Amino acid sequence: MPVIARTLDEALESIADGAMLAVPRESSGVPMAATRALIRRGVKNLHLVALPTSTLQADLLIGAGCIATLETSAVSLGEFGQAPRFTAAILGGTIRMLDATCPALHAQFQAAEKGVPFMPLRGLIGSDVLAHRLDWKVVDNPFGDNDPIVLLPALKPDVALFHAPLADRFGNVFVGTQRELIAMAHAAAKTIVTAEKLHDGDLLRDPVLAAGSLPGFYVEAIAVEPRGAWPLPLPDHYGIDAAHMTEYARLAATAEGFAEYLDTYVYEKRAA
Amino acid sequence: MRVTESFRDEELLADVICRLIGDVRQNVRHVAVGAASPIPATAALLAREKGGGTPYVSLLGSRDHTFFTDGARELFDCAGQGRIDVFFLSGGQIDGAGNINLVSVGDYDHPKARFPGSFGSAYLYYVVPKVILFRVEHSRRTLVPKVDFISAPGGSPDNVFRPGGPVALVTNRCLFNFDRARRRFRLKSVHPGHSVEEVLDNTGFDFDRPDDVPVTPAPSANTLLLMRSVVAPMVAEVYPQFAKNVFGIEAAVPSS
Repeated sequence: MPVIARTLDEALESIADGAMLAVPRESSGVPMAATRALIRRGVKNLHLVALPTSTLQADLLIGAGCIATLETSAVSLGEFGQAPRFTAAILGGTIRMLDATCPALHAQFQAAEKGVPFMPLRGLIGSDVLAHRLDWKVVDNPFGDNDPIVLLPALKPDVALFHAPLADRFGNVFVGTQRELIAMAHAAAKTIVTAEKLHDGDLLRDPVLAAGSLPGFYVEAIAVEPRGAWPLPLPDHYGIDAAHMTEYARLAATAEGFAEYLDTYVYEKRAA
Repeated sequence: MRVTESFRDEELLADVICRLIGDVRQNVRHVAVGAASPIPATAALLAREKGGGTPYVSLLGSRDHTFFTDGARELFDCAGQGRIDVFFLSGGQIDGAGNINLVSVGDYDHPKARFPGSFGSAYLYYVVPKVILFRVEHSRRTLVPKVDFISAPGGSPDNVFRPGGPVALVTNRCLFNFDRARRRFRLKSVHPGHSVEEVLDNTGFDFDRPDDVPVTPAPSANTLLLMRSVVAPMVAEVYPQFAKNVFGIEAAVPSS
């Protein structure tokens, strides 16, 4: 039975050092409050899988030294420019990078949620993305004639972690049309959710809400965290904090500036 | 002497891209726009305004301008079935064979520069019939003889499933068409205020060109009005910084 955790730290307890942690793209509900809590706790050696891309979240975790392996299709700060700590880590060779392409990650999560070992995907052949992924294979389509196609292994994260608008006391979580969050939860061994607010009632009893909800069956723990995606946006609730992102991009350009950012916004817990 | 209205580079490029979308109108039902693509987003929405509501436009990251309800993967599933007719890609490097590099400069394991990553290019370039390449910075740094990393190739061997690929490349200086059979670019037009010599000087790859290269038509007053008054506020939803800088428009969404 999923629990509404008393504190954010309690909800995040089962994210161990070295875990494979799956997180969503910027526009789908990024758990930034939880990310800051993980950095404060000093989590180490994560294998972060960003489905299918990341922005501030990956950059912060990399800069804070929490990441050993990053598996995703792109990291930038979007309109606020390059992701400076990501870029520095790649140039300095301090993290292992598994470059992917967006639909490959979606297909790998789909394979895991179906309980099958792999998923085929078009494209990729002749790309250096494929050339550098020794875990991806090309086979001849068994139903075709001289038709090479790429097979991608199922991706089964230890934990999926995301921020959603609503959750209830039964552990059900409303994600709306951000349905890759549901695929992520299906694929992962455990799912931890931060929610903007607690829904009074059972989300699955309302057919409109149920259609966009993840059942509590898949959910390990929930923490209620208002503005839990800040400074990133939460669809239909709030936009990106542009002033903050501009400040982050400026500070994170240097290691010293990044340390100052962590001191100001992460280690000193501060209301959004 | 004809008085032409002044316009910004971004407006000219959006107009050029809009006309490229229009060139294939008879087959275009659905134009999708990916990440970090404010000029293509402007162009696609402009095409929809001019088309009286068609084609369908799906902007990645938008709440208002997308019909997807099946999460982030629907764009790719849709494209895999051939349900997306036009898409846009860029590159930190683009070469004369239409290969694009969104990953790194130098050796992949010890790069000299790193870009964000390949996004969906290693798939969408293969399956979307008309991919329009755009790269605002037209220089020997960006348009190179051979890319250092192939995020997605400009062409594929005959036995590789490849209904899609590049049709054109738009830069701040000119428009190239892409000849898929020859895997080469051909200079189509040079933008107002730029010259063929300048394009030659700033392009790292070989390309074909006619004896007389036309000048890219400037956006009409009507197009500029439509772009600034109707399209710009829509663009601001997904690209607030771009809309502010180019059109002076503030986003309607709360920013804090």
